[in-house]
Amino acid sequence: MTIKAYIDGVGLLAPGLPGWRAARPVLAGDAGYEPGEMLRPSADILPPAERRRCGDLVKLALHVGTEALAPSGARAAELATVFTCATGSGEVLHQICETLAGTERDVSPTRFHNSVHNAAAGYWSIATGARAPSTSLCADQGSFAAGLLEAAVQAAAERSPVLLVAYDVPPPPPLSAVIPCTVQCGLGLLVAPARGAASFGEIELDLAREGVDTAFADPGLERLRTGNAAGRGLPLLAAFAAGRSARLTLEWLPSLRLAVTATPYGGA
Amino acid sequence: MTPLIVTRYTGVNCLGRGLEAWWRALRARRSGLAACDFEDAALDTFIGRVAGVEDVTLPGPLAAFDCRNNRLAWLGLAQDGFLRAVLATRERYGADRIAVIMGTSTSGVLSTERAYQRRDPASGALPADFRFAETQSTYSLAAFVRAALGLAGPAHVVSTACSSSAKVFASAARLIGAGFADAAVVGGADSLCLTTLYGFRSLELLSAAPCRPYDAGRNGISIGEGAGFALLEREGPGPVLAGVGESCDAYHMSTPHPEGLGARLAMERALAAGGLAPDAIGYVNLHGTATRTNDVAEGRAVRDVFGPRTPCSATKGAHGHLLGAAGVTEAIVALAALERGFLPGTANTRALDVETACRVLIEGEAAAPRYVLSNSFGFGGNNCSVIFGRQ
Repeated sequence: MTIKAYIDGVGLLAPGLPGWRAARPVLAGDAGYEPGEMLRPSADILPPAERRRCGDLVKLALHVGTEALAPSGARAAELATVFTCATGSGEVLHQICETLAGTERDVSPTRFHNSVHNAAAGYWSIATGARAPSTSLCADQGSFAAGLLEAAVQAAAERSPVLLVAYDVPPPPPLSAVIPCTVQCGLGLLVAPARGAASFGEIELDLAREGVDTAFADPGLERLRTGNAAGRGLPLLAAFAAGRSARLTLEWLPSLRLAVTATPYGGA
Repeated sequence: MTPLIVTRYTGVNCLGRGLEAWWRALRARRSGLAACDFEDAALDTFIGRVAGVEDVTLPGPLAAFDCRNNRLAWLGLAQDGFLRAVLATRERYGADRIAVIMGTSTSGVLSTERAYQRRDPASGALPADFRFAETQSTYSLAAFVRAALGLAGPAHVVSTACSSSAKVFASAARLIGAGFADAAVVGGADSLCLTTLYGFRSLELLSAAPCRPYDAGRNGISIGEGAGFALLEREGPGPVLAGVGESCDAYHMSTPHPEGLGARLAMERALAAGGLAPDAIGYVNLHGTATRTNDVAEGRAVRDVFGPRTPCSATKGAHGHLLGAAGVTEAIVALAALERGFLPGTANTRALDVETACRVLIEGEAAAPRYVLSNSFGFGGNNCSVIFGRQ
């Protein structure tokens, strides 16, 4: 069983990859990868009050989601969304557990509503006015693969594009010792059920029982891929950046991989 | 959407283990809520605590997953022949053709709370026996259920706060509809923890008495815990998953839209997905949290969609608000109402708020609905409505 979908936009933010356009030569292998500092995610789409309340994880998700919509001019208010994330906000989890380990246990109400796994999706909906269906998923290190399949089957079922946002940021200590996220990475994909004017490539998804996860030869990019669950999707972006068809294997679950055939169109 | 059959369903919460125990309580309009005695939480509130979770032992190969949330899941899976039904389905389709889609809000956060109480005083490090991936990770519940049932199909957790385990029906239906699985185990679990108890206190949403949905004097929620599961297949005996509708409020992170706009959209989309007219629905299991804002907004939305006469009730006064497990728990209550010909009443509620726009049953009544709908709304303004019908 396979499903086909079309890519109508990409958003990307990670150290040394400050946006899809700037990152393309690096991902294509035409320019060297320099990790460098992470660009601060912009959450300009949020009203100021909400911008003050949300943390870096939410801002990263909003940043890459916004970038992914730019090329097609898709209206965020009408788009269904799939948010996928391995950890949620380690910062909020840390702050709440630290408060609860104390004597007062005065959890901040804002922190409490920011602790839900769908916090980014909630802020996105408020910022864009989107009342379309929105889901927030987790499949640990396979969260990108789970989200990509969910977005593709939903786009097909509803005959309407779906915005996929994958994002994770490293937690503070002491959680950093138990959560395998070492680097920030956010990735947005506008997944469409049919080829449109903005489509710059297609993907075909299949389940795979075996296979070795597609990796980067460059050790810096490989650290991004393995150090962040959203980074597991970077090989797909690399195929589009290089403009070459590729068959990829993406990490998902024990004994299950997501096989992706990526076919970029020329001139994107 | 492709209609699917719910060939088996079960769960556990403070009303008891398995459907018979739930149903006895729901028929008698009995509440399972009791004064808060959880851990050392000094809170003036009532909770729906599951008896005996502390005594549950997970079998050896699953021991790494041990935490309150996965123990509740294990208790739930063991009821009503659910394990046996899944194993028979596994024989029929193969382990890799059965998806596991779970919903939870806080997963095993209690384990992390406890680990934070045992940090190394010098380094601040967490204790060496703390296992994040198997307990606290949002995915932990699906990993546990997949391992416990020996399944190998697609799996993920939906975590959209209190709509989580309603949305699993939509996610599973899409995967099966696209051919990536032949069947799915869907469900959810959420467990008592300090995060939600003190978090809801900070929002001033905890009721000091057992919660009273839609009552004029309602003053907040009672937090419960538990797990619920359903087995979805393309064919077989049982009720039909007829439609699911999903929406967002686009309004506020923790307060529902005052006119219930997102709620209305979720119900309308569920009807559209099932190709049903509003008058096909013979019972609505309300989200009915007993907060001032939810009940008045939801009641308006229900009236806007179904008119003022469709019988509705809210069962959180009986089992509490199961948060991430509320969706599947109340889906199961709706399924039981459909199959057993009785609409449960609204436990604890004495006098309806005069602002209530829909018809809320305080006492239960016999009825034979053709279709039933269950509402679940969550933080982030995330809404889901699920419709079940007779074959």
